[in-house]
Amino acid sequence: MKILVPVKRVVDYNVKVRVKPDQTGVDLANVKMSMNPFCEIAVEEAIRLKEKGAAEEIVVVSIGPAQAQETIRTALAMGADRGIHITTDDAVESLGVAKLLAKVVEEESPELVILGKQAIDGDVNATGQMLAALLGWPQATFASEVEKTDDGYNVTREIDGGLQTIKVSSPAIITTDLRLNEPRYASLPNIMKAKRKPIDAKTPADFGVDIAPRLEALKVAEPAKREAGVKVESVAELVDKLKNEAGVI
Amino acid sequence: MTVLVIAEHDNASLNDATRAVITAAKGIGGDIHVLVGGEDCGPVIEIVKGLDGVTKVLHAESPALKNRLAEAMETLVLSIADGYDAILAAASTTGKNFMPRIAAKLDVMQISDITAVESADTFVRPIYAGNAMMTVKSNDAKKVITVRPTTFEKAGDGGSASVETIDAPAPAAASEFVSEELSKSDRPDLGSAKIVISGGRGMGNGENFAIIEKVADRLGAAVGASRAAVDAGFVPNDYQVGQTGKVVAPELYIAVGISGAIQHLAGMKDSKVIVAINKDEEAPIFSVADYGLVADLFTAVPEFEAELEKAGV
Ligand SMILES: Cc1cc2nc3c(=O)[nH]c(=O)nc-3n(C[C@H](O)[C@H](O)[C@H](O)COP(=O)(O)OP(=O)(O)OC[C@H]3O[C@@H](n4cnc5c(N)ncnc54)[C@H](O)[C@@H]3O)c2cc1C
Ligand SMILES: Cc1cc2nc3c(=O)[nH]c(=O)nc-3n(C[C@H](O)[C@H](O)[C@H](O)COP(=O)(O)OP(=O)(O)OC[C@H]3O[C@@H](n4cnc5c(N)ncnc54)[C@H](O)[C@@H]3O)c2cc1C
Repeated sequence: MKILVPVKRVVDYNVKVRVKPDQTGVDLANVKMSMNPFCEIAVEEAIRLKEKGAAEEIVVVSIGPAQAQETIRTALAMGADRGIHITTDDAVESLGVAKLLAKVVEEESPELVILGKQAIDGDVNATGQMLAALLGWPQATFASEVEKTDDGYNVTREIDGGLQTIKVSSPAIITTDLRLNEPRYASLPNIMKAKRKPIDAKTPADFGVDIAPRLEALKVAEPAKREAGVKVESVAELVDKLKNEAGVI
Repeated sequence: MTVLVIAEHDNASLNDATRAVITAAKGIGGDIHVLVGGEDCGPVIEIVKGLDGVTKVLHAESPALKNRLAEAMETLVLSIADGYDAILAAASTTGKNFMPRIAAKLDVMQISDITAVESADTFVRPIYAGNAMMTVKSNDAKKVITVRPTTFEKAGDGGSASVETIDAPAPAAASEFVSEELSKSDRPDLGSAKIVISGGRGMGNGENFAIIEKVADRLGAAVGASRAAVDAGFVPNDYQVGQTGKVVAPELYIAVGISGAIQHLAGMKDSKVIVAINKDEEAPIFSVADYGLVADLFTAVPEFEAELEKAGV
């Protein structure tokens, strides 16, 4: 079985981004970029399935600028087998990403695609579900446990009320939640080895799909600032303030 | 202009988030119809048809809709999508699960987790863990939108909508519900509670959450947690507040033993009043707290409970 894992290059989760003064976007100059943490979890899950003998090949794909190649290399160093880099400098929306991925699935015929549940830059949480719909496949989103069965997967999902377990037939889409696994660090020998693993270079035009954006960002603004508060000296003072000043208890 | 709202429910009662979605729909304008798909979901129909602002309720019954799995919701919503200019659902784990399928099949880009409606085609949504607010205009003919429930008022009762029964088509692909393990609690729901008290890694272990629960019970509060507390197994996953967990905006949020990482702040910084109890006076949580108490939580929290009792709360 072949597993496809789409990985996205995003602002590192430790960075607190700043809005540009002209409100056209956020300032990404000289900001640390990394693989989206949910994509790392997706790569790790694919590797574990392979280690258990449930998969033979892991292909990672990233849509993004030239530097997205580093993100692919990171996945290869973790243990993926080869990469596909669809190069573009444009911000591709989830719908466009899903359309490109649907074409990649057509060419590669994986039986499983594992994506992150959301990218921590756009926080859209849509690509996996859109890809599932375009392919007519079942989906198991927000996975915290994946078990391979004879004809598909039993997946435990993190939902608002607790946990839900569903069964999906193969081929399927899975999107990862935080507690699915703890991604490994790539070892130095594996980082060296990854340099020799193949990455196929493509462009969106190769796939003939329309990825023009549908949404227009009119303005990117700072969120409302909170007024600085006070430090209280004691628990008694805290209760007094909550009761008599804020009136919330 | 007609707007379709997809109801969130458990076949017996309506989730309050749907009332917030109806308020967002009113901002778009036009008639509001609500789709209720489920199995034996008659009690939900009774509630929905009385919601203020709703003119029509569409009722679909099918065993496949019992747990509202995405593949069944997709074909149900698509079967009536032609008649609508906008389709809205809550940005809950249910809405986030099925709405993008509908958007993809309609060939439109979903607008996720909106916090304001500027006009029928322009919306505000947080990006980068809420560190930036993006105003986006959709150029798609139909809008597919998920709504952050905490930022809209909840629509009240007082309507008298007509009810129409519709057929549920076969699901788009094979998926099957196996089981559910729901956290049981007599406390209010985290997403809609007026007061939330959350514990972080500083709690040390799950048993220690008992001191937080005592305060919660005195205040009628819901209990939440940071990711670190959930990852460590102190509390279940559905307690997680933050960018990738639940977003809450109560009247009062009390953060105990939580440092205040941006991902946590993303889920609670719109609370009206924030209290932080942390032994590290440099903890970033204090930068968003209205009232900060630098103290060891193991003495401060029991003392807080005792003071509340003394104050007659
Ligand atoms: C300042 C700013 C301005 C923006 N302006 C616009 C704008 O004008 N128009 C607009 O439409 N959007 C805009 N965006 C949104 C941004 O481009 C989103 O990231 C985009 O919509 C795609 O969301 P997503 O697919 O990453 O999300 P998700 O659906 O959250 O991603 C989930 C998963 O899909 C996979 N995936 C997603 N993208 C890729 C990829 N490129 N390669 C490989 N796998 C991938 C990964 O597995 C990922 O974990 C803007 C964002 C910012 C911060
Ligand atoms: C992709 C991604 C998504 C994430 N999503 C979320 C999310 O949705 N929600 C979330 O919360 N986090 C999220 N995180 C994690 C986040 O970055 C932080 O790691 C997490 O919030 C830290 O939790 P904490 O504050 O409980 O722990 P810590 O940062 O370890 O802080 C513990 C605090 O407790 C205090 N403390 C310790 N002992 C005591 C004591 N006895 N008395 C008083 N104070 C004490 C310490 O001073 C410290 O400030 C995410 C991370 C990533 C990478």
